[in-house]
Amino acid sequence: MAIFINEASKVIVQGMTGSEGTKHTRRMLASGTAVVGGVTPGKGGQSVDIDGHSLPVFNTVAEAMAATGANTSVVFVPPKFAKAAVIDAVDAKMPLVVVITEGIPVHDSAFFYTYAQEKGTTQIIGPNCPGLISPGKSNVGIIPANITGAGPIGLVSKSGTLTYQMMYELRDIGFSTAVGIGGDPVIGTTHIDCLRAFQDDPETTAIVMIGEIGGDAEERAAAFIAEYVTKPVVGYVAGFTAPEGKTMGHAGAIVSGSSGTAIAKKDALEAAGVKVGQTPSETARFMRAILGR
Amino acid sequence: MDLFEYQARDLFEKHGVPVLAGAVATTAEEALAAASKMGGRVVVKAQVKVGGRGKAGGVKVAENADEARDKAAAILGMDIKGHTVHQVMIAQAAPIDSEYYLAILLDRSNRTFLVMASVAGGMDIEEVAKTAPEKLAKVPVSAVDGISLAKAKEIVAQAAFPADVADQVADVLVKLWETFSSEDATLVEVNPLVKTSDGKVVALDGKVTLDENAEFRQPGHEALVDHSATNPLEALAKEKGLNYVKLEGQVGIIGNGAGLVMSTLDVVAYAGEKFGGMRPANFLDIGGGASAQVMADGLSIILGDNDVKSVFVNVFGGITACDAVANGIVAALETLGATATKPIVVRLDGNNVEEGRAILNAANHPLVEQLDTMDGAASRAAELAAK
Repeated sequence: MAIFINEASKVIVQGMTGSEGTKHTRRMLASGTAVVGGVTPGKGGQSVDIDGHSLPVFNTVAEAMAATGANTSVVFVPPKFAKAAVIDAVDAKMPLVVVITEGIPVHDSAFFYTYAQEKGTTQIIGPNCPGLISPGKSNVGIIPANITGAGPIGLVSKSGTLTYQMMYELRDIGFSTAVGIGGDPVIGTTHIDCLRAFQDDPETTAIVMIGEIGGDAEERAAAFIAEYVTKPVVGYVAGFTAPEGKTMGHAGAIVSGSSGTAIAKKDALEAAGVKVGQTPSETARFMRAILGR
Repeated sequence: MDLFEYQARDLFEKHGVPVLAGAVATTAEEALAAASKMGGRVVVKAQVKVGGRGKAGGVKVAENADEARDKAAAILGMDIKGHTVHQVMIAQAAPIDSEYYLAILLDRSNRTFLVMASVAGGMDIEEVAKTAPEKLAKVPVSAVDGISLAKAKEIVAQAAFPADVADQVADVLVKLWETFSSEDATLVEVNPLVKTSDGKVVALDGKVTLDENAEFRQPGHEALVDHSATNPLEALAKEKGLNYVKLEGQVGIIGNGAGLVMSTLDVVAYAGEKFGGMRPANFLDIGGGASAQVMADGLSIILGDNDVKSVFVNVFGGITACDAVANGIVAALETLGATATKPIVVRLDGNNVEEGRAILNAANHPLVEQLDTMDGAASRAAELAAK
């Protein structure tokens, strides 16, 4: 099972011919992902050879889907071209589009998110995210596949490196799926979407949720947990020491006035019965206690 | 990036939002010249990026140019909530009949844009939202459709603007949308939007926040950056392409990935409680490419901070390989030579960790100490800072 991606995921890479696209296509292939082609407007008809795989390049996502049967796209194009790339995928009714690109103007991401909602046929993950991995089944994005294997834990996080850290802390137990949803102010898939999917996924028995300062996604997730999630959830929130009004690396990680603080998020999660660790390691210990391992 | 009022005014003017004459002055003499040119009554307004400047005495009416000079002299150099006034705006004064509120902003929670409009303008809008929410209309705006004139008229009707100004306000709203979308803003706020005694609708004060991710297509925005307010270490880091925020503590931090670095700051602050309240001195994310050069740049900025007593390098090698990071640290210390004098605690984990740790062990640098866990290393860095 797992969520969002599995053995049946057939992946195309938008921006495969760029340096980041090529590098990560190689990594995805090496971890067993079924990468079936790429899209670069103007380079259709070419092919790219990566470690013995000859991958066809298409001008549009629609052409790539028709030729390969792809059901997932991962976007590595630079910020300038990201909006057009995502719209191309939405127009082609690509079911899942994972946007790795960092630095997309929020007017562009708000546009493509709204556009996808209106069309109703595409789920977007990201932007500014590491992607997601269902260990042993599929790996879409840049999460290292060698940290850990398959297991019963579901993980959702705004941060890439905290995702890796948490997977490492719990590497002997393993994960059903780990989803990096991204640190931008507007993202396509939220904590809530992942929590719902993990709750409904029979292979996931417990959930780690990692949040950070900015916005109110964690507070909303807490309300959702109280209402819908019966599986145990442990949490972590980064940014207690962040000063007001400063962007901490991620475009969305900013405390504005009294809103978006880490303490408010932690309190909301705890009120919903989520055990929130003071450090990533403590959060991992809570998870071990729950699973008895 | 938040703009000053005069910068917001200029952007409004550029996009056809009605504004009054205004000019910025950094000295009393410049204020005199601007007020003479404008003629008549003017308002002298402190330019600070913080609310409540009226109450703090930062906004004064002047009947003539001489008075404007004196008021400017009094306001320049003032401290308003920790912000020193370096500039004033000389604005044409207007007889005000009514005050309204109008804003377009990014609504993160609903992943859309939002218009907020009220006929109860001029005061703190958060106060209006709290005490009289019925007076504040909140209308979602699709990022795909934007604000057409028809949509603007709908919003104006919803906010119950009086009939005699409704068309003008709708027109202002369309032009504010143009400002918002074509400048890649995340906030444009007019407070107050006024009706003057001769019935004209004018934006009297404004706030604009611009999206820094859009810099690549907004070449004009670089000129709006207030370099005087930027911390010199932050400016240096920006030059080197590093993501750095100066904080108040004693433990310098270098890490990879925004989330992990934020977490590192927190873990250091917790650990620091046991050592007399040691705190993180900065946020520094070296990102995925921890080359020797990036590490040297990062270390030299942190070691150049006099508040720093110890350094904590916290790296989880995802794509980044720990041996590359370790080589980066060794090379950075060679480059820095005798200028590096503060203890450096390193925690490496993840990709090629054994090789990375071996490289640091072999280098055996007297300043470098390795620990296996993030919590343990944070504690040690705090302890060293307290010494």
